[in-house]
Amino acid sequence: MLVLTLFFIFAGIAVMGGILVVSFRNPIYCAFALVVTLFALAGEYILLMAHFIAIVHIAVYAGAIMVLFLFVVMLLNIRTEERASGGVRYMIYIAIPMTAVLFFELAYLTFKGFEKAYVRDTDLGTVERIGEALFSQYVLPFEIASIVLIVAMIGALYLSKRRLAIGE
Amino acid sequence: MTITLLELGFILVKVIVIVVLMLLTVAYMTLAERRVSAWIQDRKGPNRVGPAGLFQPIADGLKFFFKEDIIPAHVDRFFYLIAPIIMLVPALLTFAIVPFGDQFSTYIGDQLVTFRFQIADLNVGILYFVSIASLGVYGLFFAGYSSNNKYSMLGGLRSSAQMISYEIPMGLSIVAVILMSGTLRLQDIVFDQYQLWNIFRQPLGFLIFLVAAFAETNRLPFDLPEAEQELVGGYHTEYSSMKFAMYFLAEYANLITSSAIITTLFLGGWHVPFGILEALNLPIIAEQIVQILSFAVKTGFIMFLYLWVRWTLPRFRYDQLMNIGWKKLLPLALLNIVVTALVIAIF
Repeated sequence: MLVLTLFFIFAGIAVMGGILVVSFRNPIYCAFALVVTLFALAGEYILLMAHFIAIVHIAVYAGAIMVLFLFVVMLLNIRTEERASGGVRYMIYIAIPMTAVLFFELAYLTFKGFEKAYVRDTDLGTVERIGEALFSQYVLPFEIASIVLIVAMIGALYLSKRRLAIGE
Repeated sequence: MTITLLELGFILVKVIVIVVLMLLTVAYMTLAERRVSAWIQDRKGPNRVGPAGLFQPIADGLKFFFKEDIIPAHVDRFFYLIAPIIMLVPALLTFAIVPFGDQFSTYIGDQLVTFRFQIADLNVGILYFVSIASLGVYGLFFAGYSSNNKYSMLGGLRSSAQMISYEIPMGLSIVAVILMSGTLRLQDIVFDQYQLWNIFRQPLGFLIFLVAAFAETNRLPFDLPEAEQELVGGYHTEYSSMKFAMYFLAEYANLITSSAIITTLFLGGWHVPFGILEALNLPIIAEQIVQILSFAVKTGFIMFLYLWVRWTLPRFRYDQLMNIGWKKLLPLALLNIVVTALVIAIF
């Protein structure tokens, strides 16, 4: 009962945060709302006994990515989002129905697979279990993911350095 | 998992005692800072309020409460009000995972009860510290943004760049410790140092962690976010009264927590060195108290080290700060991991 109550509290915060992310005009407020949403999601992960995922979620998204994002927003001194111009303004009339369709699809699939979604094992989310899974069953996808990340990093570095070379 | 009412009560007592003790220590750290700085610079320092100036923090606290609380007209009110809170909460939260004593089990009535001298024994352990400590930067950030003041803005920008840069070597130096102990739980990391403290097994890791911890707590020689000579007051220029005091509280609470984490990771936690405890052969309660005292003494020494360094070394320039972080500490931390992993794999 306690778990269910907490679930609805966290879910409510997450949904509210999500709505605020898209409705604020000031990017700093949007980012703050997104951080709140990320925390609410971390709370849901803890309720699912996935402590490792929850804490890594906070460390990576709230602790690193959002900080970098805010850093860029502040460095460029963006005060408010500019109003979209031209044809982009009418995109909203396509975006809303498409979002609605996507939402119903997701909801349908989730409710269909509801029985499969409950947690069977209480130490599933511990560091030991995730480590074992990553380095035995999923070792190839894990290594491929790391290679993809390295390629992206080298690419970013190359692009930024090339701009520097042209400027000099 | 069932928690008896007794254990729940014990957890509540621990939370209250630790928060109160931390706030008290913060108050007396301000006094210690001023007395130690005076001692280092051959002055007397505050010695008028009470015996040897011992009531000075109380006077300071009262003064903070009675100061006029000004909210400047040009600030972004929401972030201006929430920033000190965001700063203080992670600073107090991180202490929850520090084990400050051994655990023991005893029968009360006919029920086996385990007392842990740690608020939360988390499976993710040290990762919790890394992730929650990195949230403090939002406090600096929002303060810098909302103040609508160029000095605050520069302070906020500097602090976020600095904290992101030094989190990486800090995390990597922790990885080497985790490799040695094979666990993330802080209590197990302390048990692992029963024979030999990690400072002797991981001297390089200790140095990297220490430097990164100084940078993460914004202490000299890394106090660029609030460099008085360049930035007036840095991110808290526009703050007054208790909101300013909350930044102070957060800074010292961070200092205490990182001292406690350094003690836990590298100085053997609550272990008493040289087998003194075994030689004394005390009853179990006295043994626990000696261990908690041992932890307090080690943490106190690291806190003194913070003060000592602050009043001895000058501030780095911004480019020097970035060079040390990215070009020196990061490769050294990576080297440390590789060497540690090789040694573990071979032996």
